[in-house]
Order: sequence, then C-alpha cells, then structure tokens
Amino acid sequence: MSLLELRDVEARYGEVTALHGVSLTVDDGDFVAILGANGAGKTTTLRAISGTVKTTGQIVFQGERLHRRTPEGMARRGIAHVPEGRGTFASLSVFDNMRLGAWTQRGPSARDLARVFEFFPVLYDRRDQQAGTLSGGEQQMLALGRAMMAKPRLLLLDEPSLGLAPLVVREIFATLRSMNDRGTTIVVVEQNAALALGSAKHAYVLETGRVVLGGAAEELRGDESVRRSYLGY
Amino acid sequence: MRLKLLYVSLGALALIVLPFALSDFRTGQLATVGAYFIAILGLDVLTGHSGQISLGHGAFMAIGAYTTAILVGHHGVRDLATIPIAAAVAGGIGLLAGVPALRLSGLYLALATFGIAVVFPTILKKFDTFTGGSTGISFFGSPHQTGHGTGVTILGAHLSNLQWLYALTWVIGVALFLLVWFLLASRFGRALRAVRDSELAAAAAGVNRSAYKVTAFGLSAALAGTAGSLFAINIAYVSPDSISIQLSLYLLVGAVVGFFGSIWGAILGALLIEFLADVVGLIPHVDTKQAGPTSFAFGAILVALMLLLPLATRLGAAVGRRGYPRPR
Amino acid sequence: MANLAQQIVSGLASGGIYALLALAIVIIHRSTGVINFAQGELATLSAFICFALMNHGWAFWPAFFVTLALSFGGGMVLHTVVIRPIQGGPLLGIVILTIGLLIAINGLTTWIWGGTSQQFHGPFSTAPIRVAGVAFSKQDIGVIVVAVVAMLVLGLLFARTKLGLGLRASAVNPSEARLVGVPVPAMLAVGWGLACALGAVAGVMAAPSLFLDPNMMQTVLLYSFAAAVLGGMDSPAGAVVGGLVLGVSLNLLGTYVDWIGGELRLATALALILAVLLARPSGLFGRSIVRRA
Repeated sequence: MSLLELRDVEARYGEVTALHGVSLTVDDGDFVAILGANGAGKTTTLRAISGTVKTTGQIVFQGERLHRRTPEGMARRGIAHVPEGRGTFASLSVFDNMRLGAWTQRGPSARDLARVFEFFPVLYDRRDQQAGTLSGGEQQMLALGRAMMAKPRLLLLDEPSLGLAPLVVREIFATLRSMNDRGTTIVVVEQNAALALGSAKHAYVLETGRVVLGGAAEELRGDESVRRSYLGY
Repeated sequence: MRLKLLYVSLGALALIVLPFALSDFRTGQLATVGAYFIAILGLDVLTGHSGQISLGHGAFMAIGAYTTAILVGHHGVRDLATIPIAAAVAGGIGLLAGVPALRLSGLYLALATFGIAVVFPTILKKFDTFTGGSTGISFFGSPHQTGHGTGVTILGAHLSNLQWLYALTWVIGVALFLLVWFLLASRFGRALRAVRDSELAAAAAGVNRSAYKVTAFGLSAALAGTAGSLFAINIAYVSPDSISIQLSLYLLVGAVVGFFGSIWGAILGALLIEFLADVVGLIPHVDTKQAGPTSFAFGAILVALMLLLPLATRLGAAVGRRGYPRPR
Repeated sequence: MANLAQQIVSGLASGGIYALLALAIVIIHRSTGVINFAQGELATLSAFICFALMNHGWAFWPAFFVTLALSFGGGMVLHTVVIRPIQGGPLLGIVILTIGLLIAINGLTTWIWGGTSQQFHGPFSTAPIRVAGVAFSKQDIGVIVVAVVAMLVLGLLFARTKLGLGLRASAVNPSEARLVGVPVPAMLAVGWGLACALGAVAGVMAAPSLFLDPNMMQTVLLYSFAAAVLGGMDSPAGAVVGGLVLGVSLNLLGTYVDWIGGELRLATALALILAVLLARPSGLFGRSIVRRA
C-alpha cells in the first residue's frame, strides 16, 4: 500500500528550478534510498515532501492529496524530517531536544524517552549537556532519537552519513534497519550509494532534478550505469 | 532628462514666485521648510547613499544651531558669517563621530544614534554657561542679525524679515542641493553606493570603505549643521526643547517619505514636517493645538510607508527606477 | 551607612524596572531579531490603560492584571499585523517601522490623555518601613518584589513549560522548529505578547514615582537599552543583572558624584552603551560572533 506518492512534482528556488517533475512512490513499511550526485535535487525532494519548499504537482500522503502544506502541518501528519547537518538545537540541552521531538504528541511520555535512551544510551548520559557539544555521531543519534520521539509514519533523513566515521555510520544504519523492522517507513537521501543500497529495499536515482532510475535495491546494485557512476566499479 | 529639467525649472519658478504670492507667515514657514530640506539632504547622503542609519541627526542640527546662537548672541558675530562656521563645526564633529560608527553594525548604530538623540538635550542643559541651559539663547533684534529682524534692502528692493530669511535659506538650499546632486552623480556617489550595497564587493573593487563612510558622515553632518544654523537664524532663538528626539525622528520620517536617496523627495519630506499639523487639522473634530494627533499621524505614515514600500519598490522596479540621479 | 543602604535599595527598585523592560527588549531581539524602539511607549500606553481602568473605579490589582492581559494580546496582534509582513525584509525597514510605532503611540497617548503629568496611585504606600533600624520606602520594596516575581514567572515559563520550550526553539532555530511541528509564527507572536506584558509591569511600577505622562518611559527606555546591551542583547540573565547593576550604580553615582548629579545620569548610561558596543559588541555576557572583513 502506498504511503507517499509524488506525481510530477516541480520545485523552484526563486529563478532556479531544482525539481523538473519528480514522480516516485513509497510504500508503507518501505525503506527507500534516493541517490544522485551533488545538486541532483535529492535534498529538494525531501524538502518538497516535508513542505519546506513550495511545489507544483501532486503530493499524496496516506491516500490524501495535500495542497497547502506547511512544515508544522506535515509534522503533525506524522512526517519527521531530519535535515542535512542533523538539525539539532545546538544551544538547547539534549533532553530539551528530545522533548521537542515529542512536540506533536501530547508530551514526552516516560516510556518513549526510555525506549530512545535504550537505543542510544549515550544520550541518557549526556542528557543535560548542550546538544552542540556532542560529537557528530552523537548528534546524529540525537537527531534520530528526536525523530523517534515523534513516532513518525514517515521518517526522512538527509545525508545521515555526512561527516561521520565509518563505524558510527554502520551503527546508524543498523538502527535505521531496526526502526524499519518495527514498522517505520524510511526515506534516506545519500551520496554514499553503496551504503544506502546495502540497507534499503527500494531506490531512486536523481539527475538534475529528474528521476532517471528506480526499482528494487538489489536490481540497482547490479545495474551497469549505477555501478559505474555511483558505486565506482 | 528633459523631464527632470522641466521639474527643475518649475521648481525654481515656484521658489521665486511663492514668497510674493503667499502671506508673510507662510513665507516664514517655507523658510523653515528650507532648513529641514537641507537636513534631510544630509540624511539622504548618510543613510540613503552610504547605508549608515542615523536616528540622531537632530543632534548635528543642534550643534549648528547652537554654534550660530552662541556666536551671535554671546560673541557678537554677524549671523551670516556663522553659517559656514556652523557647517564646519558640525562637519568636523561628524567626521569624528564617523570613525567609531564604523565599528557598529546597522542595528547597533541605530541604537547608538538613538541614544545620542535622547541624551543631547540633557547635555545642552548641563553645560548652561555656554548654552543658556533650559532657557536657551535668543538673539532677535540683535545688531548682528542681518536686517535686525525688520527686513533687508537688496539692490533697491525691500524684503520683509521673513522674505529675507526665505531667500537666504533657499539660495543656500538650492546651492547645496546642486552640490549634493553633483557629488552623488560623480564617482564619489558611485563609490558610496557600492559601499552601501555590498561592503565586500566594494573592498574587492579597491574602494576604501572606511574613508567613504566617514566622509559621508562628515558631509551629512555639515549639511545638518548648516540646516541648524539657518533654523536658528530663522527664529532667532535656540533651546534644548527645539532639538528634541522628536526632531531627529521627524527628519527620519522626512527622509523616508523622500524614499531615502531620492533627493527630490527631500522636498516632499521637508514639506511634510512643517505642514502635516495643518493637514491633520483639516480632519474634523481633530484638535491640532495639541501635539498628539500630529505625532500620531507622523508615526502612522511611517508605519504605513514601511509596510507598503516593499510593494512600492517592486512596482518601481517594474516601472523604472527612481532615486539617485544617473550620470550623463 | 544607612543612606548607602537606602540608595542601594532604591537603586534596585529602579534597576528592577530597567531589568523588566530590558528583558522585553531581549526577548523580542532574540526571537525576531528586531530592536523594538517602541517598547518604552508601549509600556507607557499600558500604564495609561491601567490608569484609565482605575479611574473607572477598578481597584489596583484587578486593573493591573487586566492591563497585563490586554498588553499581552496587544503585543501578539502587533507582531502579527505589523512586524510579520516585513520580517524577512531589510533591517533598516524594520528599525524605521518600530520608530514609526514609537512616534505613533506617543502621539496616541498624548492625544487621548493629554500632555500634562498625572498622579498615579500605585498599590504601595510611600510610607517608610524600618528594617534593622534603617527606613526604606515601602514602594521601593514593593517594586523589587513585583519585578522579581515577574522575572521568576517568566523564567519558569521558559524553562519548564512546553510553551517555553517552543519559544526557545523558535528563537534559536526557527526552520528546525517548524520541522518538529512547532508553530513558529504563533510562537513569535507569543514572544511579542510576553514582551509587552513585561513592559506593562515595568510601566505600571514606574508610574507612581515617575508621574504618568506620555514621555514617562523615554529615559527608562535608554537605561533598559544600556542594560540589554550590557548583557549582550541576547541574554535574558544578562539583561536582568545589567538592569539591577545599572540601577544601583546610576543611583550611587548620581548621589555621590556631584558632577553627574541628576542631569548627567542619562549621559552616563549612553556612555556605557557606546563603550560596550565599541569594545565588546557581544556584551559582557554574550557570545562573540567573529565577522571577518
């Protein structure tokens, strides 16, 4: 069952068109990777979904066509968007960041907090520290933890591996797979194609604002052009 | 360009004819308009063309006004002679003030100049041996006042006192207007606007930003000082209350109405300051003997302008740019 | 010695008022980036509203709280109607707009209530209260208490409540906050509402001693700017400490340094603003942002 559908979505930044009619589908429970080079429009696609950028074309979420969308509204519908650079509130404490994650819920329940701290014990240790003082990997965990507090229907992640050590990145993706197993639908934008294709079930490849390839992750891993351009062999 | 020449000619004609067409009282008012006009020119140069916010321009006017008043009232200098002195004093202080101003970014410069405007009257009151304190200095009828307050005979024609003041103010006003117009159209003006629009780009182009910004400060202060001096000569009296924070803010209103940088609009702004009270008085049931309604109108106009200007500039960009003159 | 204690206490009372208005200025600057030059006039307007209610027979405290509510609402409306449309635009435009508000509100207050000073009967009597043998003004103590309570309430709101969390998040990172679901525009409006409510407290507390007139808060505004600048324009704690320290220092300077006396207190505050802005723009408490070139 399709959770999210983009039909011919166009997005502009002032004079510049970033998306020239993007169409893709994300099923319930899916793990989708969006790949492509710098400037291909991957970040813009996520922004289009979360309502951060104005779009033309159709965006259908949970079977409903969405018209005037605001980021707050999309958050309330259950879309959690972790932007590039983690988007943590650097001057607020780790704990406050987590509380913010639960904003759309009635409040942070002790159970939700416990669950996240179970996933990421280091966050519990640092709960009173300013979020900006955490390491890159810890901040990514915080971003994920915050997203988990929102109990999202759809989790969007922009370049989660950016700037992180390989070991940490593997942990992050393991966590994502675990979340996906428990039912969270995930869309990941990644420049690191091998990594993303290793965890995802489906993938799309973007080039200059258009979808040029789409299908099951295994297929794309075997695809000649993908191997040459993005996997390096 | 031909259209501009037409406006200039009409304006010049109006200037010459008006004092004979209007009552003496109105002529006196128009003389004050002239002083405001020069001050607003200064503000245009500073904020419109070099991008430095000044909420305290009234202080430079005050410096000019008090220089004149002290020289005429306490030291017996001929009033006309004090005008260039006032300009120089104010300009000098402006140059000095321009240096620390370089360190302050827009918002903080606004704050600092606001503070100066609020504090200035108290300083005038404190040093009362020089400034006459709260009572101020009056020199009406003084032998050093050209015309002794009764009028002047030039080339055989007799002008009443107010007509003389009108002529004095506007002759200087037009001269300064032409000077500023010429400067802004020249390389100086271009460099100034380059600094305003992008400090980084200007630096890359080899423009000495600091020098231009400080010069703009000094120039605009000199203009305000001249205006203050003429203002003082006009009413032959200065006091701390005549240079309140209100004056600085009203000058700002005037400059904004003139769309900051359009020196033709400076006339509109100056007229507004002097005559808004009369316009507001036309509204029925509004008592303009009180200061309240007029101030409210000033503020409301400013707020409305700032809300509407973004629309206006977009429209303006579509129609064709107004604003500073283009070099030929 | 007794005189010193009295001067300190009365300095704390004025300082409390400066701190309240400085807090208002900082809240607005932190959340919307605007220096609200009209903050003083808004406080004056609030004081006049309280005055009008009392003239209609209301007792002080009911009038005070209704004034707070009206000021809060007014601040929210002001932000939504007048500030929000131009928030993305050039700084100069926003500054000039708040100046326009300053002039307009001052004019409005003068128009409605006239320009002459009026007597405002505050809730605290001016009778002295003796502590350890020294006579302090009940009014001073009362003002200090009210100011402290107001600041505590605000502090708790920001630190402990969900609303406070949303306000802080909106101030620190508005785009991020929206992604989490925080209605940022509404939060910013609430910020302005809170600021105007704080201003109302300052205005009403100042009115008994300053005498109620349209220009009442003009000098207080400058002192509050000094306090806010001392604290770095973005630090609420800095604004509070700055306000209290300023109140006490100015009082002591004014009393014990003849040359400054009553007339140059304002100039001293200005000198302070200039000194801090030129030497350490990020204030004594703020974080420094290095801008190259």
